[in-house]
Order: sequence, then C-alpha cells, then structure tokens
Amino acid sequence: MSKRNSWLNRCLTPKASIPMPVIWSASTLAWALLIGLWAVLSYGEVVPAMFLPTPGAVFEAAARLARDGTLGTHVWASVEVVMVGFVISSVVAVPVGLLMGSFRVVQAFLEPLVNFIRYLPVTSFVPLFILWIGIGLEQRVSIIIFGVFFQQLVMIADVSKGISKDLINASYTLGSNRADAVLHVIAPASVPGILDTLRVTMGWAWTYLVVAELVAASSGLGYLSLKAMRGFQVDVIFLAIAVIGLLGLITDQLFRLLRLKVAAWAQ
Amino acid sequence: MGSVTATSPRLVAGFAAEPQAEPRLRVAEVSLHYRTPSGDTFTALDKVSFEVPDQQFAVLVGPSGCGKSSLLYLTAGLNEPTSGEIFVGGKQVDGPGADRGMVFQGYTLFPWLTVRQNIEFGLKRRGMPAGERKDIVEYYLNEVGLHRFADNYSKQLSGGMMQRVAIARALANDPQILLMDEPFGALDSQTRLQMQQLLLRVWEHSKKTVLFVTHDIDEAILLGDRIFVMGARPGRIKEVLDVPISRPRNLDMVMDPEFIRMKRDIFHQLHDGPDEH
Repeated sequence: MSKRNSWLNRCLTPKASIPMPVIWSASTLAWALLIGLWAVLSYGEVVPAMFLPTPGAVFEAAARLARDGTLGTHVWASVEVVMVGFVISSVVAVPVGLLMGSFRVVQAFLEPLVNFIRYLPVTSFVPLFILWIGIGLEQRVSIIIFGVFFQQLVMIADVSKGISKDLINASYTLGSNRADAVLHVIAPASVPGILDTLRVTMGWAWTYLVVAELVAASSGLGYLSLKAMRGFQVDVIFLAIAVIGLLGLITDQLFRLLRLKVAAWAQ
Repeated sequence: MGSVTATSPRLVAGFAAEPQAEPRLRVAEVSLHYRTPSGDTFTALDKVSFEVPDQQFAVLVGPSGCGKSSLLYLTAGLNEPTSGEIFVGGKQVDGPGADRGMVFQGYTLFPWLTVRQNIEFGLKRRGMPAGERKDIVEYYLNEVGLHRFADNYSKQLSGGMMQRVAIARALANDPQILLMDEPFGALDSQTRLQMQQLLLRVWEHSKKTVLFVTHDIDEAILLGDRIFVMGARPGRIKEVLDVPISRPRNLDMVMDPEFIRMKRDIFHQLHDGPDEH
C-alpha cells in the first residue's frame, strides 16, 4: 500500500499525479542543471569568455544597462512594436477567422490564398518591406502582422469550425436566427480557443520582432544584441536573449490568467 | 409486410374522426431519402403520416434506423423532407423556430452560460424585458428543482441536471410543441427513472403537446398518451396504440397488468415483425 503510493513509484507510473513539492523540485532542477552547466563551462573557462560570458558577467551587464536606462528604452521599444503589431493583427483576425469558420463561402474564398501566404517565409519579405515602408516602426509592425495574421486566421477558423452543430441546432430551436447563431453561439463558444490561439501566436510575434530588429532598427532588444555583437559584448547578447524569454514568459502567464478570468466556464 | 403492418394513410383516416379542427402537429406523407456513400438511395422514412392533437403526449418508439429521430429533426425544421409536409399549429414547417422547442439526446447546454442564462436564452433572443424574463426563469428553475444551481455552469452539473435545464430551457419559450429526442438515453437507469417522474410532474402542470422519441418500451408507456410503433427499412409507422392508463401517473404503474400487456404487445411488434433482420 505505502509502496504503491510512494512518490517515487507514482513518478514512474504513466499519467499518475504527483505531489506538488515534487513538481516544483523537478521544474527547479531543470533550471539548476542549465545554469549549473553554464557556470561550469564559463567559470571553468572550458569555453573562452569571448564566446560564453559567465552568469555573473550577464548580471553585471543587466545592472549596468538598467542603471543608465538603456535596457528600459530597448525593452519598451520592443514591447511597443510587438503590442501594436499583435493587436492590429488580432483585431482583424478574430472576426474574419470566425466568419471563415462559420461560412463555407468565406472559407472557400480565403483559404487557398491564406494557406499560400502562410507558407511563405516571413524573412523573405523583409527586404521588400524595407523598400516599401522604410526602416521605421511601421516596417517592424508590418513584419509582425505579416508573420502572425495568417496563422491566427487559420487557427481561429479551425476553432470556430469545431463548435458542435448540436449547439447551433439547439439555438435555432430556441428562436435564434443565423446572425444569432454566429454572435451568440459560435462566437462565445470560440472564446477559449481564440485565447489559446492568441497566446501561442504572441510567442511568434516576439520571434518576428527580433527578426525585424536584427535587420533594420535603431532600438529594441534585437537591435541591442546586434550592436553588442559588433562590439563583441557577448554578455549583452545573453542579456537580450534572457529578457526576450522573460517577457515571453510574462505575456504567456498573462494570457493564462485572462483565459481563467474570461473563460472560467471552460477551464 | 405482415398483417400488423397497417399503412399510415389508413391510420390518419382513423384519427381524422376526432373532433379536433386542426391538430397541433400534422405529418402528411413525409418521406426522407438519403444517398449513401456507395451511391444507393436509403429510405429513412417512407410516406409517414400521423397527427398529434393539442395537449397530447405522443411517443415514437422503434428500433434504431427506423427514422424516429429524423422525424423529430424534420418537425423541428432542422432538416428538410424529400417529400411531404409537416404542419405545426396549422402552419407549415419551413425551417427551425421557437414554436418548436427541442430537447436533444446529447448535452446541448451552452457551456459559457449559467443555468439561469441558459433558460433565458430563447426569451432574450425574442427581446423580452428583463423583469418578465426573470419571472419565467424562476418558475422553471423551481419546476425542474434547480434553484440551488441557478448560477452554476454546465460543467458543474450532472447529466440528469443538464437535461433538466434543457427541458426548462425549451419550455420557458412556451413552444407550440415540445420535441424530445431520447432525452434520457445517456443517463444511468436510476437517474432515468427520476427524470421520467420529473417529466410526468412537469407535464401535468404544462399539458404541453409533446412528441417524444425513445427506444425504451417502459418509457414510452409510462409517459405517453399515444404510442406510434415504428419499423425500419423503410422507416414507417407500424402500429398506433393508445395508453389506457389514467393520469396522474407514477412509477408504480409498471406493475399494472394493463402496462404489462401493452409492453408485451409492443415488444412483439418490435421484435417479431416478419421484416426484422
């Protein structure tokens, strides 16, 4: 009995739940291993400091750039571009995606085109966008929109396509017309799936942001790390990467909270 | 076809003698054909005709594939017959509408709405003011005994509770007819008995015209005033039986000799037919 329930045994049983402390320990262990490996390689000078900074050096760089305000400026520049691009993309993709999933004719109209564009590598459009729009904020926003919008459209269309026909039929027998079925059944039923889509595509938006900033920008975390590369400041490159990861983690958690709040019924 | 297989038009002639001007539901020569993937035509319903007068609880009972659920979907206007017509309250069915409430076999509560908001759904679509809505919702919450759960979401409810909400939601709209598609089919037998009892009680209060589909003979006799026994391949009505057991009814009547006689009768109709496979 006690043997079957021991935490070690539970860890080795498929799909068995494990105690909270074990979960925390396992998660912490992964980070500890990564940072430990990093420390051994850098402090032990296995890899030259020019290529791999020590954790201490990265912290020092963080403190230095935070003190003189550079870090804040670049973080804000990146967050601004991501937010503007992501919001514009989402505001259009959510309603159009819902229509695409609800009406076959909209699907037939958009799907072949969207699927074609979806597989074009965003990076190949960067030169064209620079030519068209220049190297300002609009250019970076456009790249994010281009990278995210078509994916969002297809994913949201899939979410709304998956809403059970029975729910729609039930609403018809309660007096819904077709507009009601879209607005009062398909739309609210799609909310959890839409929030999941936004959470996932937010991560992609960060990726495209860095791509855009690496190519043409005068601020932002991508620009910061490009500049650092030119000056062989590998500690700053590491810092930029860590900050992007951290911001991604924060937005991901924010979306989780939003989903819990807005779609508590679905959990 | 065997001798028990009365053809539907003859049955209709029988009902027409009733002193009702226009029955609440009139199904006239309704056929439904499907094209199967292999290219054959499958006759789900073959010229089915019957009538349900006002305030009658009518039950369609039959084996799977006899088209009993299809008949409900056609009446609800969620599907179109290949030929024939259906009239509800004298008006020909042409698409779904709030005048034909339906309780589905699967759970169809809107999960983003609370119990109260689910019951309110149809009233809101109609633009009924909040004060009026509240009274109706309160009444039906009490009818189905879910006052305590009024503000719960459907994931917090059991299967039986969800079907109670579905019944309340359909009745709150005050439809001309209530269509019920094996509403208790997915429930365990204990819960099913409770639900049958609840439906009997609710029906005594509302006297709503009901068309109820089931494959459970006990359920058909317990609930129905009139039972249409259906056969498959092609889907058709084989026999019409009136249940001579008085109301209000309760679960004890399953021991009644009249009940058992009817049960045996319907059982043989369903299982001894010369055309059963």
